[in-house]
Amino acid sequence: MTPEEWTAVRLSLLVAVTATAASLPFGVAMAWLLARGRFWGKSLLDTVVHLPLIMPPVVTGYLLLLSFGRQGPIGAFLDSTFGIVFSFRWTGAALACAVMGFPLMVRAIRLSIEAVDHRLESAAGTLGANPAWVFATITLPLCLPGVIAGAILCFAKSMGEFGATITFVSNIPGETQTLPSAIYTLTQVPGGDAGALRLTAISVAISMAALLGSELLARRIGARGISGRVAT
Amino acid sequence: MSLDVDIEHARDNFRLAARFTSQPGLTALFGRSGSGKTTLVDIVGGLIKPQRGRIVVDGQTLVDTERRVFVPKHRRRLGYVFQDSRLFPHLNVRQNLLYGRWFARHFDGTSSDFASVIELLGLGPLLDRRPDSLSGGEKQRVAIGRALLAHPRLLLMDEPLASLDEARRAEILPYIERLRDHAGVPILYVSHSVTEVARLATTVVILTEGKVTAVGPVLDILPLADAGDAGSVLDAVVARHDETYQLTALASAAGELQVPRLAAPVGAPVRAYIRARDVMLSLKAPEEISALNVLAGRVAQVTPNSNGAQADIRLDCNGAILMARLTAKSVERLALAPGRPVYAVIKSVSFERS
Repeated sequence: MTPEEWTAVRLSLLVAVTATAASLPFGVAMAWLLARGRFWGKSLLDTVVHLPLIMPPVVTGYLLLLSFGRQGPIGAFLDSTFGIVFSFRWTGAALACAVMGFPLMVRAIRLSIEAVDHRLESAAGTLGANPAWVFATITLPLCLPGVIAGAILCFAKSMGEFGATITFVSNIPGETQTLPSAIYTLTQVPGGDAGALRLTAISVAISMAALLGSELLARRIGARGISGRVAT
Repeated sequence: MSLDVDIEHARDNFRLAARFTSQPGLTALFGRSGSGKTTLVDIVGGLIKPQRGRIVVDGQTLVDTERRVFVPKHRRRLGYVFQDSRLFPHLNVRQNLLYGRWFARHFDGTSSDFASVIELLGLGPLLDRRPDSLSGGEKQRVAIGRALLAHPRLLLMDEPLASLDEARRAEILPYIERLRDHAGVPILYVSHSVTEVARLATTVVILTEGKVTAVGPVLDILPLADAGDAGSVLDAVVARHDETYQLTALASAAGELQVPRLAAPVGAPVRAYIRARDVMLSLKAPEEISALNVLAGRVAQVTPNSNGAQADIRLDCNGAILMARLTAKSVERLALAPGRPVYAVIKSVSFERS
């Protein structure tokens, strides 16, 4: 392993963990809104959330560049107000990964919220819990396996994200060159095959470890008795 | 405590228009399935918003559509025991029980004491169990305890025994009686079972196709109920036990009744439920028959059933109401009409201790 390859692995892990952790609260909120909310424009919102899943990743990346780039309206605002810069930084890679993983995360969490028996939530309401408490004490614990699954999906997607990332933040070693970009680069140069193969093996190992970890976690929660069933 | 309900609510092809005031004790909402009982309780509990009307508990207006008042369910302080107990599967019994108490901590200190509720419902051995390891009857007891510990002003119970078999029902009924008599919380109890209502109710509200058709004390109202196993209720006390024949004699306003030996002390109040189809009528005092119970009375009212084949006869037995269900042919043969003296022969009596 060359130092450059290690850097790519570390950067990829940082980007994926950041993308997953930062989007999780939004993902849970969006999933709850789509699962339980009743409001005008819900199907439109649903479509918008799913857009990154169906659009070509390059298109998503280009749209991110247009809006979050230094000249883009949101990017310029964030830069001047908070000093946050996305373009050509690892944070931009994390943003691209979060956007690409968001629909997968929301979908998994939404399904598990929908599986939580609504009657349990109204029972909690009659016991004095306001909607926020009902969510925190009943809905969230009961849909936790779905939340974990959604987070793992987002993490895995982030580890493999290529098109949107390279379009938005390019392929700068040490800053925005994640695992897939590094593998791509290595395949483009003579004699890079060995390195590409090493990184591929690492990529497979990380994905499998994430999946196994989530399975173990879900099983431990399952053993504690959490499930979406009603006790009748 | 008082509960005033006057609401209207329509959905699909069903219209509910109910108006009643409930008294302390246990008020039974009685009617066939589809008569709107659960909808009515859901409206009181805040799970459904009625289209028009008012609900007032203890002087606090919970719903008033004209003044645009709608108190959300978590601020109503009403305990709700559901037909399916709805215990939280990720919490153990103790955590389930304490769930509502935590939210009720802001209210005045008369909160039901944990230990006394555990004692009242016999929950001690279950505290560390998980809901999915409990039997149906145990789940319902936990659900009742959980609602009580939320410190409610009124307890709503929607057919809490409907999903249980006969043995489990018999296990829970005494707990509900103790609740009615000792917990000091009034209960609005939904049921379609005449025997449950006869045993538990202080006041009965009869719902028929979304309308309140009768309200009043259980002894007066239950005989009017249009139910498959209609009957009447007699309040009695244990007069003496006959050890030789293993019988118990009961004294009631209508006369003495002899029933299989009851495990109740002399002087204990007992509520007897007599199904209308277990009552025969005779114009003369019957002699040399096997039935032990013969009560004298007068016909008060004859109500033919909708198909005309049968009729329900309401008897006045020294002030107590007794119902008999006869064929139309028998009614004609005996020329039964209001005022006619008759003897009621009772084949069997089911007893509910109170």
